[in-house]
Amino acid sequence: MKNPVVTIENVSFKYDGQEQYALKDVSFQIYDDEWLAIVGHNGSGKSTLAKLLNGLQFPEEGRIQIGGIDLTEETVWDIRKLIGMVFQNPDNQFVGTTVQDDVAFGLENNGIPREDMVERVQSSLKSVKMEQFLDQEPHHLSGGQKQRVAIAGVIALRPKIIVLDEATSMLDPRGREEVLDTIRQLKNDHQMTVISITHDLEEAAKADRIIVMNGGELYREGTPEEIFQMDEELVKLGLDIPFPVKMSKMLKAKGIPLNKHYLSEEELVTQLWTSHSNK
Amino acid sequence: MMEKMIFGRYIPAESPLHRMDPRSKILLVFLFVCVVFIANNAITYGLLAVYTFLMVLSSKVPIRFILGGLRIVLWLVLFTLVLHLFFTKEGDVLFQWGSISIYEGGLKQGIFISVRFFLLILMTSLLTLTTTPIEITDGIEVLLDPLKKIKFPVHELALMMSISLRFIPTLMEETDKIMKAQTARGVEFSGGPIKDRVKAIIPLLIPLFIGSFKRAEELATAMEARGYRGGEGRTKYRQLRWGFVDTVMLLILAFVTAALVLFRS
Repeated sequence: MKNPVVTIENVSFKYDGQEQYALKDVSFQIYDDEWLAIVGHNGSGKSTLAKLLNGLQFPEEGRIQIGGIDLTEETVWDIRKLIGMVFQNPDNQFVGTTVQDDVAFGLENNGIPREDMVERVQSSLKSVKMEQFLDQEPHHLSGGQKQRVAIAGVIALRPKIIVLDEATSMLDPRGREEVLDTIRQLKNDHQMTVISITHDLEEAAKADRIIVMNGGELYREGTPEEIFQMDEELVKLGLDIPFPVKMSKMLKAKGIPLNKHYLSEEELVTQLWTSHSNK
Repeated sequence: MMEKMIFGRYIPAESPLHRMDPRSKILLVFLFVCVVFIANNAITYGLLAVYTFLMVLSSKVPIRFILGGLRIVLWLVLFTLVLHLFFTKEGDVLFQWGSISIYEGGLKQGIFISVRFFLLILMTSLLTLTTTPIEITDGIEVLLDPLKKIKFPVHELALMMSISLRFIPTLMEETDKIMKAQTARGVEFSGGPIKDRVKAIIPLLIPLFIGSFKRAEELATAMEARGYRGGEGRTKYRQLRWGFVDTVMLLILAFVTAALVLFRS
């Protein structure tokens, strides 16, 4: 499994006309078929990282390699085929006048023949469960539905990697669940790598690995369990601790024996109602 | 008022006109606009009127609806008629009352020109009534294709049109939101003297503009991330189909044109 699809080496970046570096000497790898969450509060450099990944910006120093290809001005279009992005605002990434037009947009850009396009639009909408909305206009859809259409547009191009750049932050809880369920399903079906950039730690808790960014630097890297051991440190970085973790910490302080910090509510609840019989 | 306007509105129905290819429809209307000027006497204008009437019938859009929507235009038509009645001084005097006199030429000219005006508007609204905006955009893109040779940005124009269409409802929603937000802050949009009402638009327009620029920027990023790099090498998902109806419709117009040339004086 430990097959790197993305390699980032000593990458530094600063925006035009700004003194401060948005990213300072960042290095890490992303592996095949993993779900990586990149967390950090506003201005930590996590969104800049997303933009660098598919060549919307180029690093000042350092090297980015995706699927074995070095990211340069020449290879950027090939790399954009490998890496699909879903952005934050559901409205501002919906290009087509109807659902099917929007899914087709990326295919049109890549010069896919029409017969192939029709088939891919159908199948990718089916995989996000939006196939009944083919001719629907965007303003009749909910935020979660629009994001699912955006995902379909990405899937249609059959990328290796999908980047969620705060893709759920403007959605209500139901829309968020819809989108994350869809991604989970797709990841299983297509063996994709998912990079989710978020400040929602509940979402990050379900990832395979978390990278914490702070002030443009890679602050910490580890499994969700390892990261949430940081407790107070996370709060200092402007991040919140997920409720189940907070809860288990407080229960421990009250003297209730728990053997670890629980990441999901279900886990914690199960532990609590079986704790007596387990003794 | 807005509900009654029919310009740019699409009425879904199952009719030969709806089934027509947008290209042939745009071409038809364009040709009609030219052909109208051939008519110069009662027979030819009559012919045109019959043709237009039949087209309206075949569109299956309720006539009452069209006439209701064209009420404002009817006033304009009437106005041109009156202008011609009073100011064209040709032929025999038909009627005299004090210093006002109406000539035969004036009456004829007035009626002809208003009929021409009315028919033109009827036919062009028929285009938008039976074709969705996006179809019109597709049609225009194909029809303007030859202009690419002289470096005219046809693809960009069509993309701009379709994106504008796509964002109209979004911006309407946003306008509504800003209006409510500003009302909550004490701005009054309705009521008060006109001067105040015009001033009240400023706190509405500025946030709307700033919001639109932000949207545009994000949209551009999203488009680029999805591999958009201009019209070069792009395939098209929407397909236009030239069918039997299209050929027949254009042939009918050709016959009408021939008849007009034959009967004009």
